[in-house]
Amino acid sequence: MIDLLTIFVLAVFVGFEVVSKVSTILHTPLMSGANAIHGVILVGAILITGSAESTLELVLGLVAVFLATVNVVGGFVVTDRMLEMFKR
Amino acid sequence: MTVQLMYLVASVCFVLALKGLSSPKYARYGNFIGAFGMLVAVVTAYVHGVVHNGLWILIAIALGVVVGIPAARSVKMTAIPQMVALFNGVGGAAAALVALAEFFAVPDSTVLFRLATVLTVLIGSVSFSGSVVTFLKLQELMTTRPVLLPAGQQLAIAAAASSIALCALTMAVPNGFLLWLLAVVGLALGVLFVLPVGGADVPIAISLLNAFTGLAVAASGYVLANTLLIVAGTLVGASGTILTRLMAQAMGRSLANILFGAFKTTTVVAQGEEQRTVKSGTVEDVAILLGYANNVVVVPGYGLAVAQAQHAVRELVAQLERRGVSVAYGIHPVAGRMPGHMNVLLAEADVPYEQLKELDDVNPGITSVDVAVVVGANDVVNPGARDEPSSPIYGMPIFDVDRAKSVVFMKRSMRPGFAGVDNELLYNPKTTLLFGDAKDSLTKLLAAVKQL
Repeated sequence: MIDLLTIFVLAVFVGFEVVSKVSTILHTPLMSGANAIHGVILVGAILITGSAESTLELVLGLVAVFLATVNVVGGFVVTDRMLEMFKR
Repeated sequence: MTVQLMYLVASVCFVLALKGLSSPKYARYGNFIGAFGMLVAVVTAYVHGVVHNGLWILIAIALGVVVGIPAARSVKMTAIPQMVALFNGVGGAAAALVALAEFFAVPDSTVLFRLATVLTVLIGSVSFSGSVVTFLKLQELMTTRPVLLPAGQQLAIAAAASSIALCALTMAVPNGFLLWLLAVVGLALGVLFVLPVGGADVPIAISLLNAFTGLAVAASGYVLANTLLIVAGTLVGASGTILTRLMAQAMGRSLANILFGAFKTTTVVAQGEEQRTVKSGTVEDVAILLGYANNVVVVPGYGLAVAQAQHAVRELVAQLERRGVSVAYGIHPVAGRMPGHMNVLLAEADVPYEQLKELDDVNPGITSVDVAVVVGANDVVNPGARDEPSSPIYGMPIFDVDRAKSVVFMKRSMRPGFAGVDNELLYNPKTTLLFGDAKDSLTKLLAAVKQL
């Protein structure tokens, strides 16, 4: 458990550090990109569904897989569309 | 071992993605790296973690792709903020569902496990319902004004208190019904939390809810003892918090004020009942004003994008430059419906990056600007934000266009801006109003300038 806590605390610092100097121009793409990254819950949803024993777990898991996939692909595609226009 | 290694690769990709997204040069690569990391993580989870139901999972993923990609591809750039809100909301919902499912899968749980579970369910539900309300506000399916329910504050406090009580109860007595109840209370809390936030402040709420979803994902990482979820969720939670703070700073207000300081006086009616006069001009008047100026600043706002007039304004600016007029765009950090949104919209119309100037570049030299052209913007040039302590937007940095030698204000009607505040600038004797659709007016102006 303390291992997980260590990871958490270190990740907080990395997160703060990484975006502390971003310019206002990129606020929107950055928010959208971070949005896509928390779609990693898809991994959790897959693991849960892949070991589901009851129908309830299966249904909950599958809905979660669906929603998380929308989050992931939608997030990355929208971010890319925005950034495409900055590339020049 | 291999699984952990793959998760580590994915985590590193996510850090690099956020890092890349912070600089315009590498932003797009950053996004690709993030997507690559996601692919690695998902394939790893599928190959090593799926005991059964594999086909079902693939079908659910396929459905998600079929829904997500067209939605993301077809959304107009003006509607990006609400799309981000929706994607954020479904992520939060997914986190809550994962925690619910795992709760039913593990009969003998530890207290720490239950703590992580209740947190995931609560934060995930708040993020989901809150995001849906922000979507409705930005899509203008409901009013963009702050909604103050009778006893809304007491309701919100009651919801917050009962959610804490339910969390504690579920930790003491692991019971599925209590957890479902917690999810429902969380949904209510999310709605009550976002309703009082005013239209112009909604993007800040989205950013905060984005951070919330990140935290929900991190908490679900504890539930599943999965390091990747902890790292990625925490990264988003932390960066989202910083981003929210940066945005609040750009608006010159504190976060607490934005979230809880719902505008008490919704409309400050112009002093007295007397009819106030405005000066409106013709296209030809404005063309002469612009064509013989030395120095012009264009301040675009969301109305420009709604009228799809980004290209029209670029052509007008190019024509003015051919006449030797020096032109810059003044881009307010919160122009549009999201911080940085206007930069995206103008970049889409091929406006060169170097012409986009920020507040600090424009304001010091504003007195030597001959004409300031305000197109579809309102609140970001409202002098009330600088001079009127009673104004709801007081304290927000603005373009001091009222200090320019003259102002052209293109407007569709006398309707107030997104924040619903009257603008003193309209009644300034230096101001010429040009009524009409922004695209239409700009096209006519271009023709008139060519005639000079």
